[in-house]
Amino acid sequence: MASIDVTAIRKNYGSIAVLHGVDLAIRDGEFVVLVGPSGCGKSTLLRMIAGLEEITAGEIQIGGMRVNDLEPKDRDIAMVFQSYALYPHMTVAGNMSYSLRLRRAAKELIAGKVASAAATLGLENLLERRPRALSGGQRQRVAMGRAIVRAPKAFLFDEPLSNLDARLRETMRGEIKRLHQSLGATSIYVTHDQIEAMTLADRIVAMNAGLVQQVGSPLDLYDRPANLFVAGFIGSPAMNMFGGTYRAADSAFVAHDNTAIPLGRAYQCADGAPVTLGIRPEHVVVGGGQGAAAPVDLVEPTGFGTILHLRALGADLKAFTLERKTAQVGETTHVTLPPERLHLFDQSGARIA
Amino acid sequence: MRERLLGTIAHRLAILVYMAFALFPLFWLLKVSVTPPDLLYSEGVPMWPSRATLDNFSFVLQHTDFPKYFRNSVIVSGSTAIIVTLLASLAGYALSRFQFRGKPWIIVLMLLTQMFPLVMLVAPIFKMLSPLGLTNSLTGLVVVYVAFNVPFATFLMQSFFDGIPKDLEEAAMIDGATRFRAFRQIILPLTLPGIAATLGFVFTAAWSELLFALMLISGAASSTFPVGLLSFVSKFAVDFGQMMAAGVLALIPACLFFLLIQRYLVQGLTAGAVKG
Repeated sequence: MASIDVTAIRKNYGSIAVLHGVDLAIRDGEFVVLVGPSGCGKSTLLRMIAGLEEITAGEIQIGGMRVNDLEPKDRDIAMVFQSYALYPHMTVAGNMSYSLRLRRAAKELIAGKVASAAATLGLENLLERRPRALSGGQRQRVAMGRAIVRAPKAFLFDEPLSNLDARLRETMRGEIKRLHQSLGATSIYVTHDQIEAMTLADRIVAMNAGLVQQVGSPLDLYDRPANLFVAGFIGSPAMNMFGGTYRAADSAFVAHDNTAIPLGRAYQCADGAPVTLGIRPEHVVVGGGQGAAAPVDLVEPTGFGTILHLRALGADLKAFTLERKTAQVGETTHVTLPPERLHLFDQSGARIA
Repeated sequence: MRERLLGTIAHRLAILVYMAFALFPLFWLLKVSVTPPDLLYSEGVPMWPSRATLDNFSFVLQHTDFPKYFRNSVIVSGSTAIIVTLLASLAGYALSRFQFRGKPWIIVLMLLTQMFPLVMLVAPIFKMLSPLGLTNSLTGLVVVYVAFNVPFATFLMQSFFDGIPKDLEEAAMIDGATRFRAFRQIILPLTLPGIAATLGFVFTAAWSELLFALMLISGAASSTFPVGLLSFVSKFAVDFGQMMAAGVLALIPACLFFLLIQRYLVQGLTAGAVKG
């Protein structure tokens, strides 16, 4: 177990810069999820921590020791790959024990560790099988087993669940979380799936275009997104955004169609400044005969609830409600945007306090 | 249904015709080798002689230099195949995995060596090898064969390495292996089909090479068997029976070799490595 410190890390591929200076401090035993759209540099950052990519500039420390120039094998970390990367010519037991055999551990020790890892992951009956005779979920488990037999300083996960079907992904997500609770190992987990990020993380690092956008607890990012990118990326269905201006006199948001939405409190913003108003679909209050008129465009029942696509404030508005009996397409309903649920962003996209 | 049956028959028939065409020379080789000399010209051209004999074989083995040629060929082809495969796996791995300065130039240079007809190069190579004392020696022949086979073998091996996901050696390196150990313990075992193919390809190429063997070697002591076959052609006659018997014997190592490696040639070892 160890802390991991990333300081001013940059990565260039030739003349193309992929990471523009990333700082990150991960505490001992913490589960940190790097999340962002593909190409944001999250996998590159993970691979640099693992030692699989060279560091262009900056410093990485694992357990307080600078590892910039250490080979992957000397960093004492374990990694689970998206493709699982199981050794096809070795049995499940062989795959799991490879790292211990490289370290010339005693035979009894290896057997014991493999057996206990197999028991944890439910692989006891598959130890003599080869990877090609396993299902996707089983391969995934072997890849995890290969990591946990070693008790390394940190676990790195590179989109480990992306190749599984939705149902299995949910199961494995739970298992990873349970595993972390029992092992308490420092873990860095890369994913583009914000649900995985929300459910697994102690802290989420939201990344975009080679920069860290926000670091915080899942609910932090959900409740107080630092900028438009985080606001739009975290949450599904995504947050509604409206362009307009800020009116300081009565602290209201004025939409392009001149509808005024009271904001409930004063914001640190100049009068008449262009701003973006955000509200999550689940916070939009539909019906009740009050508020702005909103024609219904589309109704998507999910079983769990209903997603309504409406027109309001001169733009599209999505509302999520747990009720089933809602509006019909073509009807006009009413929406209210509760002031305490609103997010305001300035022209650069940053959150306004 | 009927049409499908007809299609299948036509398909099989076409394969059969092709097989017959490809294998007939081999059959003829065998047929002539067991034909007694006195029947060779007197019986016309039957598919099988009225009396078969192994005299040609025993004569070739006991009274000619053929066993020596054969041994030389085994030495030359075997060493060439092993050295080329060793070099080509390392070079192919580098081309497949690493970006380094001058890589495109090396690839172009390697292609360039494959562009010239060998006949053009015989004289300069002779000129180079002779002061080094490498003419008339099996070592010299191995050096030349290695040089001419490495480029193609390297590209062949590279394509096999390209087919193995990079994740595998990265996983091994994180597990605690050096890159070389990951190459040896994880990547090489998965490339066995490729290694077998390369070995087989280089071995047969060296086994049947005539031009350099003929030009660089004078004297029976270090002749290889393709050169040796020519010794059955004298000024006034060709001893077809003995020549064909020698030919049949020369086929044996190639057949044995492919028998040994064929299980790797058909095996898809990488199945199950990554998602699938």
